[in-house]
Amino acid sequence: MDILTDPGLICFNEEAAGIFSDNGADVQPIIALAPPGWKVRIPARLVNSALESAPKTVTLGARNPDNALFMDGDEPRVYFISGSECNIWLEPSFEKFVSKQDSTREIRVPSFHTRRGTVNDLCNSARVFEQLDTVDGIIRNVNIQDDDITADNKDVNKYFACLNNSTKHVMAGLTKGDQLDNVINMAEIIAGGETALRKNPIISFITCLVKSPLQFVDDTTATYLKIARRGMPVVVSSSPQAGTTAPPSEAGILAQINAEVLAGITLGQLVNPGTPVLYGTVPVRARMDTLGDSYGAVETSQYNVDCSQLARYYHLPNYSTAGVSDAKIPSHQSAVERIFSDILVTLSGPQYLHCAFGLLDCNSTFSLLQAVIDDAHFRMLRWFLQQPEITDEDIEKATGHIRAVSETPQKLYIKYVRKLLRSGGISPLYPFEGADMADDAFCLAHQRTEELLTQPVNHIDNEVTDRLYNEIPGLLHRLKGYKGEI
Amino acid sequence: MNKEELIALLKENVIQGRKTRNDEGIDEDLTGPGVLELTQTALDANISPKEIISDGLTAGMEIVGEKFNTKEYFVPDMLASAEAVSDAMDILKPLLEKSDLSKKGLFAIATVKGDIHDIGKNIVSILLKGAGYEVVDLGIDVPTDDVVEYVRTKKPDYLGLSALLTTTMLVMGDVVEALKAAGLRDSVKVLVGGAAVSEEFSQKIGADAYCLDGFDAVRVLDGYQS
Repeated sequence: MDILTDPGLICFNEEAAGIFSDNGADVQPIIALAPPGWKVRIPARLVNSALESAPKTVTLGARNPDNALFMDGDEPRVYFISGSECNIWLEPSFEKFVSKQDSTREIRVPSFHTRRGTVNDLCNSARVFEQLDTVDGIIRNVNIQDDDITADNKDVNKYFACLNNSTKHVMAGLTKGDQLDNVINMAEIIAGGETALRKNPIISFITCLVKSPLQFVDDTTATYLKIARRGMPVVVSSSPQAGTTAPPSEAGILAQINAEVLAGITLGQLVNPGTPVLYGTVPVRARMDTLGDSYGAVETSQYNVDCSQLARYYHLPNYSTAGVSDAKIPSHQSAVERIFSDILVTLSGPQYLHCAFGLLDCNSTFSLLQAVIDDAHFRMLRWFLQQPEITDEDIEKATGHIRAVSETPQKLYIKYVRKLLRSGGISPLYPFEGADMADDAFCLAHQRTEELLTQPVNHIDNEVTDRLYNEIPGLLHRLKGYKGEI
Repeated sequence: MNKEELIALLKENVIQGRKTRNDEGIDEDLTGPGVLELTQTALDANISPKEIISDGLTAGMEIVGEKFNTKEYFVPDMLASAEAVSDAMDILKPLLEKSDLSKKGLFAIATVKGDIHDIGKNIVSILLKGAGYEVVDLGIDVPTDDVVEYVRTKKPDYLGLSALLTTTMLVMGDVVEALKAAGLRDSVKVLVGGAAVSEEFSQKIGADAYCLDGFDAVRVLDGYQS
């Protein structure tokens, strides 16, 4: 809290500086800065007041209301979410290799090729996310870079690509703040009106309004103020990097990220008390070879565990990060790094765990193949998260089995397993296990991905779609008739 | 219930792995008598043991095998069915000796001296019995002399030796040598298995076959039949 007054934050958004000033913060222009900025010192009373008005429970709705996400800042129930926005799409191809020593020995090994992400990639991702059981919600995972995508039509198309190909919650950041009204209008049409959207917010927003260290960014802060005034759910996210934009110590980066997130939350609650907000944390450690983000670093997981505890201290739902690898392709390294962070961070109990599917190369590359493999891993993790239930009836039944088996010559409990097998009481085999000595995980996961892409899609119905195309400017017509309609 | 309906119900209970009326199958709607009760009912209705075995027990086990191969069934399902058939065969055994059915052979199995692990041995016993072999379980930690004596007096067609430990698996070689010394080696097929055992080890000690698991044991013995 001390950091918010000393040194305070630099604010590059005039309106935000004015809001802070009007509410009693110490705001002073910084003459030497270009563009103009203000030093903002936020007193603890403003922060405490914001923490009181910020909802402790946040609901993120969905086209299919059964997919809505209910988050309670005091309840460590974890949802697994895709995202973040990658520039690069990783495409696998499988070649057959024959042993020079033994021509009867063949293996299929994936090769990976990178290219710029497209809106069709985003559609395909949403279709697969819809089918993957452990994907609880969607953050747009691909930066759409088609020739017909412009700064003005990018936001409506990225939301529409996700909403039209999945019935799960859709979250994204806005490229241009002035597109907010178009995006919200689109969501209102799909949800059934303004009131319906308020009850079932099928979309939400990510804002990184505070750039580390401690600087309110002009355009994102302006966008955030608009979102807060509309009362839409929003993530106040900060992504400091230990060693470059944040202190290299654990205590240092935590103190800074906490100050940055609290400052953002305070601003939102000042303009619209009660704005549903997620305490958004993407702390990372710098790679010492490139000074890029190292999501695979052990410290990155540790920071995220710490942040989920900080969010719980404030009783706010936490938007957290795990599952990203520094590896460029699906590999041993990617498996180790992502599963390490997935398990560790999940067990700390953040409510909204993003970046969890398919992310590689320090969060710059997305692989659908990796996402399908990640789903298998989250099934294992989710199994572990089930609350154990032991009833008196269970104890009686188990002791009955023990007594019965002790009287048999074979001393085996095998027959009691069968009912559990059929009722889902036994965890399944790893779905991509190879036959015999073969490592077929990538081949089998690729087959599964292809199967998922052939599944029918529950698109937005035709009447609503027609209305969207009539009322929302910039929607690409090629997305309307996307293949796989039912 | 006529004869065909009774045999069909017996077959279905084999498929469901319901040994007695108290057992749960896969289909929760299937209740009433299980394989043992239905086998007795069939005998009481003067259905021949041959028909009970071929049209009920064996036919049911064939379906179970198919379901296992297609991964619809798991090992516990296979074992439940095999155990049911195995116990039904105990009911039919006195009658089989009076009939013209040829037996598949007597299989004796033991966990060798120094080793008390018996899960694998028990599973092998259940599966072989379910596959129609007469199975005698000599137990765990069985002294080599006792094994040799059993072979001398009971003349089994097959002898299964089980061991989990790298230390106790060496006893299998002792058994083979003792059988040779007693002049009994050629009278019995010796099969070895267990976590520590391998094909290479099997050949090294002069066993007739190595069985990876219970299903492999059935395949190996059925191979000798042909």
